[in-house]
Amino acid sequence: MSRFNRFTLTGLVMLALLIIAPVVIAQTDWSGGLPLLTRIVIYALAVVSLDLIIGYGALVSFGHAMFFSLGGYVVAVLLHHTNMGDTIFGWEGTNSALLLWPLALLACALLGLVVGYLALKTRGVQFIMITLAFAQMVYFVLVSLQYYGGDDGLMMDMRNTMPSIQLDDPWAFYYLALTLLVVWVLFCRLIVNSRFGLVFQALRQSERRAVNLGVNPLPFRLTAFVISAVGTGLAGILWANYAEFVTPDMATWAKSGEFLAIVTLGGLGTLLGPIAGAAVFIGLEQILTIWTEHWMIVMGPMLVLIALFGQQGMLGRYLKGGRHD
Amino acid sequence: MELKGKAMRVGLLATALGTTMVAHAAAEALRIGFITTLSTPAGYIGEDIRDAFTLAIGEDGRLGNTPVVLEVEDDGLKPANAKQSADRLVQSGVKLFTGVNFSNVLAAVQPTVMKSGGFYVSVNPGPSVFAGAKCNPNYFVASYQNDAFHEAAGLAANKLGYEKVVILAPNYQAGRDALNGFKRTYEGEVVEEIYTKLNQTDFSVELARIRSAAPDAIYQFHPGGAGINFAKQYDNAGLKESVPMLVPAFSLDAQMVKATGDAAEGVYASALWTTEFDNDASRDFVKRFEEAYGRTPTMYAEQAYDTANLIAAALDAVDGDIEDADAFRAELAKADFKPIRDPFTFGPNQHPIQNYYLTRFEKNADGEIVQTVVERIAENHQDAYAKDCKMD
Amino acid sequence: MILFIEQLLNGLQYGAFLFLLASGLTLVFGIMGVINLTHGTFYMIGAYCGALTVALTGSFFMGLLAAMAGAGLYGLLVESAVVRWLYNRDHLYQVLATLGLILFTNEAVTLIVGRAPIFMNIPDFLSGSVTLFPGLAYPLMRLALIVVGLAVALFLWLLVNHTRFGMLVRAGADDRQMVDALGVNMRWLYMSVFGLGAVLCGLAGVMAAPLLAVEIAMGERILITTFVVIVIGGVGSIRGALVGAMLVGMVDSLGRAYVPQILTALLPYSVADTLAAGLVSASIYVLMAFVLLVRPYGLFPARS
Repeated sequence: MSRFNRFTLTGLVMLALLIIAPVVIAQTDWSGGLPLLTRIVIYALAVVSLDLIIGYGALVSFGHAMFFSLGGYVVAVLLHHTNMGDTIFGWEGTNSALLLWPLALLACALLGLVVGYLALKTRGVQFIMITLAFAQMVYFVLVSLQYYGGDDGLMMDMRNTMPSIQLDDPWAFYYLALTLLVVWVLFCRLIVNSRFGLVFQALRQSERRAVNLGVNPLPFRLTAFVISAVGTGLAGILWANYAEFVTPDMATWAKSGEFLAIVTLGGLGTLLGPIAGAAVFIGLEQILTIWTEHWMIVMGPMLVLIALFGQQGMLGRYLKGGRHD
Repeated sequence: MELKGKAMRVGLLATALGTTMVAHAAAEALRIGFITTLSTPAGYIGEDIRDAFTLAIGEDGRLGNTPVVLEVEDDGLKPANAKQSADRLVQSGVKLFTGVNFSNVLAAVQPTVMKSGGFYVSVNPGPSVFAGAKCNPNYFVASYQNDAFHEAAGLAANKLGYEKVVILAPNYQAGRDALNGFKRTYEGEVVEEIYTKLNQTDFSVELARIRSAAPDAIYQFHPGGAGINFAKQYDNAGLKESVPMLVPAFSLDAQMVKATGDAAEGVYASALWTTEFDNDASRDFVKRFEEAYGRTPTMYAEQAYDTANLIAAALDAVDGDIEDADAFRAELAKADFKPIRDPFTFGPNQHPIQNYYLTRFEKNADGEIVQTVVERIAENHQDAYAKDCKMD
Repeated sequence: MILFIEQLLNGLQYGAFLFLLASGLTLVFGIMGVINLTHGTFYMIGAYCGALTVALTGSFFMGLLAAMAGAGLYGLLVESAVVRWLYNRDHLYQVLATLGLILFTNEAVTLIVGRAPIFMNIPDFLSGSVTLFPGLAYPLMRLALIVVGLAVALFLWLLVNHTRFGMLVRAGADDRQMVDALGVNMRWLYMSVFGLGAVLCGLAGVMAAPLLAVEIAMGERILITTFVVIVIGGVGSIRGALVGAMLVGMVDSLGRAYVPQILTALLPYSVADTLAAGLVSASIYVLMAFVLLVRPYGLFPARS
C-alpha cells in the first residue's frame, strides 16, 4: 500500500475512533472519559505541530511549551481584564473567541518569529539548548507576573464565547477541538507535500546540497517554525479554555520534554503518529495514577522500552511504509 | 471500576494499619473527595495529611457516627491534574471535599467544587483570594489563613525585641505574601528584603548579604528542600549564633527538622501546634500516630486530624445527611468540637480565629530536636481579609 | 570590598560544584553524542549513598567512597542496560529513554528510602569557618568544594592530555568514526568515560549533601543548569566545561548579589523589584542565548 493510502486509512481510523469514543464511554459510568479525550486531542494539536519541524526539518525544539503557555496566557489575561471591567489601551475588551483566539495566535507567531530567527543561527544540540533558554525566559517572566497570579497562575471565570457553539458544554468543546485538530493535520499535510515542504525536507537531508542549488535555508525553516508555534499556541488556547486556568507550569522545560517524548513515542515525521502517542502517553498516565501513586515506576521503564525497541515510534514504520530515512 | 479501585486502596490502607474495614460498607457510605499531593518530593506532606485523616476515621470506617469512604486522588502538585480529579469526583456525585495541600492546587479545585454546590473544608492552605472578596458559604478553612503564620512571626519579632531584621523568601506569590504578612505586624525596621530564586539550592550569596547588613535577626520563608538547605547553610556560615533566625512553622516541619539536624537547634518558629503541646489530646494523638505509622506527625497531620474531627462533629449533628446543605453548613460553622490545638471559632469568612505560639527548636532529654512552646504570641488572631468577605 | 571578595568566592565555589557535574556530561555528550538526562540522577544517587553510609558508619570518608562507588556502579548499569543501545540513534530517543530512567530512579529511591528528605552532617574536620584575612571568614565546607573542583580539573587535564586514554578521548570527541576505524575497543572507552562521569557526579553529590537537602529529584534541579554550562563552554571540551562552569557560577552569584541593588538605585522600586527578580532568575539563560548567538558552537568547541 502506498504511503498516501496508509496515511489516509490511518487518519480515517483515528478520526472514527475519536468521534465514537466519547459516545461509547458515555454509556459506561466512567465520568473521566470525555475530559481525558479532550486532553488527548489538545495535546495532539501541540505535538502534531512539533512533529512538523522535528520530523520534517530536524529542528528539535526543547522550548515549545513557551508557545503553549503564551497562547493560554493571552486568552486568560484578556478575559481577565474584560471581566474586571478594565480597559486595555482604551479597548473595553471582549470575550469572543473569534477575536481573542486570533490575537493569541498572532502573539505566538510573533514570539515564534523572534525566537526562531535567533535560534536558527544554531543547529543540532545548540538549537535544542537555545530554544530551551528562550522557554525558560518566558517561564520566569510568567512567574514574575504578580498581577496575573505569578506562580499560582490565573483563573478564568468562564470559557470564551463563540457564536452558536457552547464552549461550556464539554461535548461541544470536545468536538470543536477535534475539528480543529483535523483541520490542522490536513493543513500540515498540505504544507509537507507542497513545494515549500519539499524544500524544507531537502534541507534536513542535506543542507549543503540545497544551498548549492541556490536555496536560502532561513526563510523556509523560519516559516515552518512559526507555523509550528501557531499550532502549539492554538493547543495552549484550547487548554486554557478547557482547564479554565493558566499557570507558569505550562511553560516549564518538563512540559517541553513531555511534548518531545510524545512525538518520539508516536513516530517522527508522520503527523498522525504523534496523535497516537498523545493518546497512549496521557491515557497511560491517567490509568497508572488511578492505579498507584507510584505510577512513575511503571511509566519510566515503559518509556525506556519504547525508546529502545520502538525504532520509529508506534506508527513510524507503518506510516513511512517501512522505509528508513 | 474506578470506585472499586479506590475502595480497595482504602481497604489496603486499613489492613496496613492492622485494622479491618468492611469493603462493601462503601455502598452506602458517604464519599469524601480527598485530592492531595502524594507523588513529587512534597509527597510526604500529602501522606501525613491522608494518614492523619485516616487515623481520625478509625477502625470502623466511620467519621464520628457516619460511615465514610475516602476517594484519595494524587494531584502530583499539578493544578490541572487536581482540577481533572475534582471534575471527575463532582460528576460521580461527591459532595464533600478536602485534602489539598498547596494554594495553587486549591485555586484550581475550590471553584469546581463551589460551582457544583459541594462543600470544601481546607486541611492546610488558606489563600487570601478565597478569604476575602471571593469567600464562599460552602468553603471552610480548618487550618489557617496563609498570612497568619507570617503575621504571628511579626508579632514574635516585636516581642523578642528585634529592632532591625532582614527578611527573605522565594520570588513567587506565596513568598511575597509571606513577607507582606510579616511586615503587616512587625514594628521594627526591615533593613533588607531579599527575594531568592525559585528552586534555589545554594544561598551563600544571600548569607553574605545578611552578614554585611548585620541585623538583629532574620525572618525567612522557604518551604520544602529549600528550607532545609537554607537552615543548614545558615548554620554552616556561622550566622546562627550571632543572628537568630525566625521562620513560619512550615519552613521547618517535623520531617524537615530530621533532615536539617543540629542546624535547626535554636531556630524560632511561629506555630499553631507542636508535638510538645501540653495536653492529653495532643499527647494521645502523637502517640497513636507514631504507633500507626512509625513516624512523628507533622503540623500538617495535626491540621488534617482536626479537620476530620470538625467534619465528624458536623456530620453527627445532621446524622450523616449532607443533602440539606444549609443544616450541614450551619453545623460546620459552629466548629463545635475539641481540636488538639487550642479551640477556635470561625470568622465571617469561615476562617479560624485562633491562638498562635512562639516556639523554639531545642534538644529534649533524649537529645532529639523538638519544637518547644515558648509563649502564646497572638490570642484569637483574625486574618486581615475577613472584612472584604461578603457572603450572600 | 570584603563583601565583593566573598561574593566572588561564592561564585567560585558554585562554579567548582557545577564543573564536577559538567565535566562528565560534556565528555559523554561530546564523545558518544548522547544526551544523558540521567546525569542529574547519578548526582542524587551519590548524595543518597553518601548520606546513608555516613549515617551508618559515621565516617565521612566511607560516605565519600560509597557515593562515588554507588553513582559509578549505577552509571555503568545504566550504560550497559540502556544507553549502550542508543549511541547511534537520534537524540530524541536518548531523551525519551533517559527521561524514563529519571522517573524510574526517583520512584525507586522513594520506595526504598521514603519521600522525606534525609540528613547528612558536615564532617567535623570541615565544619566551621577559616579566616582568610581580617573581616573575611569563609566556611571550610565551601572551601573544600573549591579545592575538590580544582583538583578534579587538574586530574582531568592530566588524564586527557597526558595519557593514552586521554588521547582516545580527545580523538573521540574530535572524530568518532576515526577512532572506531582505528580498531580501538570503543565499548571499553565508552564505558570508562560514562562511568567516570557518574563517579564525578557522585563526588559532587556527597560534597553538596552536607549543605543541601538530600531529596528526590534534587538532580533535575541542577540538570538544566549543567547543560547550560556545557553548551556555553562548547560540547566535548573539558576546558570549555571549566570556563562555562565558572562563568555561570559567577554570573548567577554576582547577579543575585548586585543586580537588585543596582536596579533599585536606578529605577523606581516597584519596577526595579520585579525586573531584578526576573533578571536574576533568568540570568544564566540570557547568558547562554547571548553566547550562542555570538558563537553558535560555544566558547571552546571540541570539534573544529
